[in-house]
Amino acid sequence: MEAFTTHTGRAVPLRRSNVDTDQIIPAVWLKQVSRTGFEKGLFAAWREDPAFVLNDPTYENASILVSGPDFGTGSSREHAVWALQQYGFRVVISARFGDIFRNNSTKMGLLPVVLPAEVVEKLQAEVEADPALEVTVDLAAREVRWAGGSAAFEIDDYTRWRLLEGLDDIGLTLRHADDISTYESGRQRWLPTTV
Amino acid sequence: MGLTLAEKVWERHVVRRADGEPDLLYIDLHLVHEVTSPQAFDGLRLAGRKVRRPELTVATEDHNVPTVLGPIADPVSKAQVETLRKNAAEFGVRLYPMGDAGQGVVHIIGPQFGLTQPGMTVVCGDSHTSTHGAFGAIAFGIGTSEVEHVLATQTLPVYRPKTMAIEVNGELPYGVTAKDLILAIIAQIGTGGGQGHIIEYRGEAVRKLSMEGRMTVCNMSIEAGARAGMIAPDETTFAYLKGRRHAPTGEAWDTAVEYWRTLRTDDDAVFDTVVEIDASTLSPFVTWGTNPGQGAPLNTAIPAPEDTGDPAAARRALEYMGLTAGTPLTEVRVDTVFVGSCTNGRLEDLRVVADLLRGRTVTARTLIVPGSMQVKADAEAEGLHEVFTAAGAEWRAAGCSMCLGMNPDTLSPGERSASTSNRNFEGRQGKGGRTHLVSPQVAAATAVTGRLTAPADL
Repeated sequence: MEAFTTHTGRAVPLRRSNVDTDQIIPAVWLKQVSRTGFEKGLFAAWREDPAFVLNDPTYENASILVSGPDFGTGSSREHAVWALQQYGFRVVISARFGDIFRNNSTKMGLLPVVLPAEVVEKLQAEVEADPALEVTVDLAAREVRWAGGSAAFEIDDYTRWRLLEGLDDIGLTLRHADDISTYESGRQRWLPTTV
Repeated sequence: MGLTLAEKVWERHVVRRADGEPDLLYIDLHLVHEVTSPQAFDGLRLAGRKVRRPELTVATEDHNVPTVLGPIADPVSKAQVETLRKNAAEFGVRLYPMGDAGQGVVHIIGPQFGLTQPGMTVVCGDSHTSTHGAFGAIAFGIGTSEVEHVLATQTLPVYRPKTMAIEVNGELPYGVTAKDLILAIIAQIGTGGGQGHIIEYRGEAVRKLSMEGRMTVCNMSIEAGARAGMIAPDETTFAYLKGRRHAPTGEAWDTAVEYWRTLRTDDDAVFDTVVEIDASTLSPFVTWGTNPGQGAPLNTAIPAPEDTGDPAAARRALEYMGLTAGTPLTEVRVDTVFVGSCTNGRLEDLRVVADLLRGRTVTARTLIVPGSMQVKADAEAEGLHEVFTAAGAEWRAAGCSMCLGMNPDTLSPGERSASTSNRNFEGRQGKGGRTHLVSPQVAAATAVTGRLTAPADL
């Protein structure tokens, strides 16, 4: 996983709630067996509308998505995270995230930042007023900063450490292979096998 | 202080616990399908890893498969299915491929084979894994990185979610189903209401549900924002499981049932959140918008956006859906009816649809898609397929089908459906398609009249 420490970039406001993962990457894009090329499918249906915010050249090269609440609800498709990252996003800010999307993001190094709804709206308004506004997301300090404001965000220590170091979960878990074997020897005997 | 059902099952599966870290949780059953697994198997290959416990892993082909028997026409879908076959063979995972009598939607076949049992942990790269919680299992959807993690280690590092009780008091009125109940719950608590929680559905109305109904309720926990939903196992659960292919037998059955009986929330246990629902006030429920929380009783009118919790979203949804506030829901005309999916693709669902279609004719395009080939065989043994085809409906083979339109079963732009599936998102059933989520009963009645209709109004 790519490490995440601090990121500074431009932001784009997405003034919609309940941005489900079917919108982030429609199902037709899920037929690929590779991990690449998903940027073309990001918000594929919405991008057909010339008025959609990602089509606004003002926000070109933005790397921080500032969305309405309940971002990433619905399907567990990690392709949604891949699509956002491959398009160029490093951070998504929202008042609430779908649990699975949020989890998938932290496995891939896309930082989901939860801020209170009023702070998200303030940031959206300030980005709309000045699209060139530089926003800094500082994971070490657990803080978002921009000219005109700052906000602290919460993230648990373990996930933060993993992101800061860019650590791969499987490698971390395999350090405890002996614990897994011990647990397995005590499993209830009637538990089913698939064979 | 006592423990909740979720806490009891969780504690039994903790492999390792350390301060400041998520618990390392053992996974008893890993369900795999073609869409969210190829990159995970690739990851194993790149790292030179094996599947740790192939015998706790099972795969099926469901999302991409055509429901008209024959080869897969779309070369991209075909390549994905072939990739799963290659991966299953290489890593020694049992696969139920297209054409096999055991093939079906991943969340239908787990319970059908008796693989899903009380007190287990079940994961799958699919958010509707919450279905399996109907047996008193902790079951939740995961992304592809976690699929790879479970394949490699049979565990997952996870923080224990908070617990939420949804107490459904009173009795569901006649003709009101598990689907109406869960749609009403989602409308009440919202699509984010269950975030960070495992929901336990409790109360008289829940106890009276069949296993099929309980699976429908738990299935849509994710639409309420919860990664998992559970129902404590009881005699209904044990009766459903007994004799199934992978259920314990003989002495092991007795030992298992003795343990399963302990899987209930202690009287003095405390939930982080409690929600109460009065079942006796419910009636057939449908969605009018583009998220599952945008629903209303079928006998009401489409709400004015300003009367909803999120007016901007409601305005946008009505525009997308081509609907006007104030229109009675029963005046909404539909083009297509879809009966199927992991929400409502089981035999019991097909029986109620057949009961309503018997001797009647459909006026909308109606697709009836069994959740598995076993459900198909069982339905045909009862002659249900003859009822469907005599009514003018299309009787198909098993798969996810029009629930998400990855196979050829899709809506065209502007086409409107009444669907027994779980998501009414924009474009979910095909680009530009408009979806109303309904129960199987409402789907059948709607198929007959061509507009959203309660069975009582037929």
